[in-house]
Amino acid sequence: MRIRRRQLGEWIAAYVLLSPYLFVFLVFNVFAIAYALYLSFTYFDLFSPPRWVGLGNYLYLLRDNLFLQKAVPNTLKYVAVVVPVQTVISLLLAFALDQEIKFRRFFRTLFYVPSVTSSVVISLIFLWLFKKTGVINQLLGLSIDWLTSPTFALPTIMIVNIWATTGTMMVIFLAGLQDIPVTYYEAAMIDGANRWQMLRHITIPLLRPVIFFVVTMGVIGCFQVFDQIYVMTAGGPLDSTTTIAYLIYKWAFQSTTPFMGRASAVAFVLAGMILIVTVIQRRLIERPGEV
Amino acid sequence: MAVEAMAPAKPVVRYRDEFAWWDRIKKPLFYGVLIGWSIIAVTPFFLTVVFSLKPLTHLYEPPFFLPIPFTLENYLKVVTEFRHLFPRWMLNSAFVAGLLAVVRTLFCAMGGYAFARLRFPGRDLLFWAMLVTMMIPGQVTLIPNFLIVRQMKLLDSLMALIVPGIAGAFGVFMMTQFYRNLPRELEEAAMIDGAGWFTIFFRIVLPISRPALLTLALFTFQGEWNAFMWPLIVLNSPEKFTLPLGLSWFKGEYYTVYSVVLAGSMFNSVPILLLFFLFQGYFTRGIALTGLREG
Repeated sequence: MRIRRRQLGEWIAAYVLLSPYLFVFLVFNVFAIAYALYLSFTYFDLFSPPRWVGLGNYLYLLRDNLFLQKAVPNTLKYVAVVVPVQTVISLLLAFALDQEIKFRRFFRTLFYVPSVTSSVVISLIFLWLFKKTGVINQLLGLSIDWLTSPTFALPTIMIVNIWATTGTMMVIFLAGLQDIPVTYYEAAMIDGANRWQMLRHITIPLLRPVIFFVVTMGVIGCFQVFDQIYVMTAGGPLDSTTTIAYLIYKWAFQSTTPFMGRASAVAFVLAGMILIVTVIQRRLIERPGEV
Repeated sequence: MAVEAMAPAKPVVRYRDEFAWWDRIKKPLFYGVLIGWSIIAVTPFFLTVVFSLKPLTHLYEPPFFLPIPFTLENYLKVVTEFRHLFPRWMLNSAFVAGLLAVVRTLFCAMGGYAFARLRFPGRDLLFWAMLVTMMIPGQVTLIPNFLIVRQMKLLDSLMALIVPGIAGAFGVFMMTQFYRNLPRELEEAAMIDGAGWFTIFFRIVLPISRPALLTLALFTFQGEWNAFMWPLIVLNSPEKFTLPLGLSWFKGEYYTVYSVVLAGSMFNSVPILLLFFLFQGYFTRGIALTGLREG
């Protein structure tokens, strides 16, 4: 009897401790996801109640030009460029910082500075730097209209985002490199391994989970890029920087008739794309049996 | 969790000679890479500081690296001509970020402790469901959450930022991992003395969790201080804006005074940079910890 009362007390204590999170979880996560799924099957403009349209929104996306010809290819291009470039640069910087180098902490601090700055401030700064008369053109001796040209606008936003996120990735890689026990290298040295063999058979395999994590974070972040686009180009010029995440905002919150249902459908397509890409890269990076 | 435990550099060891050429070029190469990226990382901020100290008419004029001609008029405008905007936005941001840093950290610690130490029906299912919600991109819940907040009559008020932010999966997950790795001795001793769960948590566990709590609080503060998309959707009146939202709006309304935008943006970046320099170890350690555990 005593034991049972004690156990009941533990159950109650657990749910009391969890109650604030459970409120957020149930209302803003579980209910919200279910609600979004329902909305994605409806036509809903905020003014009249949602009207069931079945798969209508999803079928509409299959023939919408803005979605198919602009948002999807722009997002995929963006992910395909930004993720590899920021991963390679941050890995290189982490390798360089993992050596016998003076001022290591100083360098690490500098590299991390862009990561604590708000995306809006970063966008405002680069919006000004990339003006046709701006500092970047003057320093490089160019007169490119970076953000108002359909050719250069998306690459410019790619550059800004690579610049902004490389520091975070570098910190994660550096921690991963420093977690590899020195004894592994010492043992390999006694066995007569050379530097290339150590990199190939110790560093890279042991870093593989970290690489997977960094790439996953990069993919998720890039698929959702929004702030920089909103501030710097608002999806233009000629929709050349309209990404999927921006399109959701545009359809739900910026059009004169809000398309809440259609935007919800796009959100689920986005979630599906992120899932697929994550699974694919997991297969590619975490090849078992190679370690 | 040791603070600022940057492992020592790898010891210098003798390698076989076939890579001797690498030894000769590697130092200059690495220094070159490090110095090069340092310049790339810092120059935009430096230029912002310089040009916020130059008159508007010199927004695109050299010299780029010295504030000549020098003026404080942009900063003065921020606190005089636009005093009903910038200081207000800063206050709003500080209020939301500060409040949530405290509240969310506490609530996440409570939840994390329950997951890590207590046994209760539904625990594993709940924990698993929490991990699943962490994988779902924010865009999915954006529209329903807007509608929920609208239904709660919280639109265009700071409460719209606070209510959905009082707790979060990331923080609960991080604190769960922290408590799973925390030795149990103190708690067991207290339990033998007959202390209840709440006494144990608030009197014994919370005080010794300081490093993890501070890390989570800093992350929360940084995230909320810089947040943009959610405030953009739920706030409408300029006097309710947070600083990032205000800056973006100001750029649209007063695009002719871009120097003031640059000066105003300093009010956003300087506080968070100061916080970062003061608590660097917590930031970098926190990233590494949460990052690696998930991977």
